[in-house]
Amino acid sequence: MEKHSRHQFRSNTLPALGTVGPVGIVLLGLVAVPLIYVGVMSFCSLDQYGNYIYQFTFDNYKNLLNPSYIQIYVQSLLIALATTIICIVLGYPFAYLIARTESKRKNLLYMLVIIPFWTNSLIRIYGWRTFLGDTGWLNSLLRGFGIIDAPIEFMYTRGATILGMVYCLFPFMILPLYSAIEKLDKNLLEASADLGAKGRKTLLNITIPLTKGGIFSGSIMVFIPCLGYFFVSDILGGGNSDVIGNLIQRQFQKANNWPLGAAISIILILITLVLVKAYQKAGGDMDSLGV
Amino acid sequence: MKRAKKRFEANKLGVMSVEETRKKMVEMIGVNKIYADHDGHGSNHVVKDLNLSVYEGEFLTLLGSSGCGKTTTLRMVAGFEEATSGTIHVEGESVGSKEPFERDVNTVFQSYALFPHMTVHDNVAYGLKMKKVKKPEIKKRVEEMLELVQLGGFEKRYPSQLSGGQKQRVAIARALINQPKVLLLDEPLGALDLKLRKQMQIELKRLQKKLNITFIYVTHDQEEALIMSDRIAIMDSGVLQQVGDPTDIYENPKTKFVATFIGETNLFEGSVAEVSGDAIGITVESGGFTVKGANFAAGELITVSVQPEKMLYSATPVPGFALQGLVKDQVYVGSILKTIVVLSDGQEVKIERLAGQELPKNGLVYLFWNDADAKLIRDMDSVVYEAAENVTL
Ligand SMILES: Nc1ncnc2c1ncn2[C@@H]1O[C@H](COP(=O)(O)OP(=O)(O)OP(=O)(O)O)[C@@H](O)[C@H]1O
Ligand SMILES: [Mg+2]
Repeated sequence: MEKHSRHQFRSNTLPALGTVGPVGIVLLGLVAVPLIYVGVMSFCSLDQYGNYIYQFTFDNYKNLLNPSYIQIYVQSLLIALATTIICIVLGYPFAYLIARTESKRKNLLYMLVIIPFWTNSLIRIYGWRTFLGDTGWLNSLLRGFGIIDAPIEFMYTRGATILGMVYCLFPFMILPLYSAIEKLDKNLLEASADLGAKGRKTLLNITIPLTKGGIFSGSIMVFIPCLGYFFVSDILGGGNSDVIGNLIQRQFQKANNWPLGAAISIILILITLVLVKAYQKAGGDMDSLGV
Repeated sequence: MKRAKKRFEANKLGVMSVEETRKKMVEMIGVNKIYADHDGHGSNHVVKDLNLSVYEGEFLTLLGSSGCGKTTTLRMVAGFEEATSGTIHVEGESVGSKEPFERDVNTVFQSYALFPHMTVHDNVAYGLKMKKVKKPEIKKRVEEMLELVQLGGFEKRYPSQLSGGQKQRVAIARALINQPKVLLLDEPLGALDLKLRKQMQIELKRLQKKLNITFIYVTHDQEEALIMSDRIAIMDSGVLQQVGDPTDIYENPKTKFVATFIGETNLFEGSVAEVSGDAIGITVESGGFTVKGANFAAGELITVSVQPEKMLYSATPVPGFALQGLVKDQVYVGSILKTIVVLSDGQEVKIERLAGQELPKNGLVYLFWNDADAKLIRDMDSVVYEAAENVTL
């Protein structure tokens, strides 16, 4: 028995280890080690000269309960929620259109969504600044037509941040929605119509329930990055609409308080894990998250 | 033979036949369907000048080989596809401008198309829910319906938990519960194994008679069509070839296509050499023969169809027949002996006999048949196709 199982170990596990092994080591070095480092650091503290003290403490996590931080968590969650909802509402009809069109332009439409993926999002966000600013195109245009006298303050508002988030994350909503709607059997929609359902009822009873997996994974893929995209709120929100990502970035780059930054990072990772777990519980398909 | 003759005359003169006094549930008048090709060039004429009536309580089968336009025809009746030209009436009313959900017609899809996220109960109840029928009544009617298709107790199951035959019956129940005037069935038994298929054929027929609903049934299985139908409509490449009851179609095929499609047969194509009384002298490439018939004139093209089990042979010449051939292959298929006899022009004639009645190997035989077993086909194919091709849209 003993001999047999050892033999099995060799014949099954060794080749597997041989192929996956090198990749595993790289992943270990690039993902697991930094993650552990961040985890350890979140329990350290700083002395008055800014040196690390490797001594276990919960202080960093206690500091996170500071009311001004809590206000930012709430704000960040609200921004993420609004962004997700807007992405669903705008994205669903759009994805439906591309997935169901019989037109030859299907690929073109699809590319229109994909291409921004390949462009640096920082640059695209700066683009919005020149469009929305006090002397930006939109204000100039409105003034040129005499619609307004003084420039409207589009920039540095929560609305501008949400706009930027929606703009950056829209493709992440479209892609899972598209593949879910594309997979939908056309016969089911016809069967529904055949049984007396008008378009709206078919949408509510058949189309949406059968594509809710796509809505779920799209939402996860929009909501989670939204908590961390600090550069969007930095550039467009101007400090008026910080997200959790801003807190982390500030601790690492400005305050130089790495232990505190690490603690916030750990919280963000935990939130992500909880959301993904909830998604899985709800019957979500991990493949469609692309992870 | 006499009946056939009468029928032929009736059709030719456009005289009212018995059927036309019954109520028409579906009537297709000059219906054409042309699909544009995907790249925008050219087009695909899929249904050609279709004229067909289906009567109340009738089981009509659309029969034809793959790609001949059966599904397309059904989809036009259901409203999923718009006819390029022509009109479709349901109960005397044109449905051209009606959406599928406005038509009193229900469909059983080839792939069943059950809603995967709903239980059997909810699938069957769907149509009633859309009509805003009260909950207690829905429950009662769903139960009755499931009882009728012998699926009582399956209410809570999901489609993924059903066998093919059970799914099939849910699909039928889901369509029938709306008490449609016409039920369209697109190869509903196509995915079932032979045994289940035979069983479902009987069940479906029983349901149809019991509920007295008009069925338009699509299949490419000629045996299924012969067993189940009140009338069969045979299509080929989008052209309706012949409509008639199963015996009529079997006994009196009007075109070569029908003769070969509805069963294995031997076709002798030739022309009428002379007519004297009811005897018609026919010459074919490999010889000639005399048949009994009427309404043919000298010089006309004619095809004679004789089924393999009706072919006779003799070692000596037979009066009235000049068909000589060499026995080529003999194979047993179960208890049937199939023999091929090659005529002088290369045509292979099939002969079927019960086991034991072997022909002399490589021997020379004279072929003949009894007058009653020869079916005369006017060369209608070209007539039918020409008529359809000349449709102006
Ligand atoms: N949406 C479409 N666009 C273009 N051509 C089509 C379309 N649907 C069907 N066709 C063509 O029309 C013809 C008839 O198709 P149809 O589905 O009616 O055949 P069928 O008789 O039902 O065949 P089968 O027995 O294989 O189901 C085929 O040549 C098919 O390629
Ligand atoms: Mg078909």
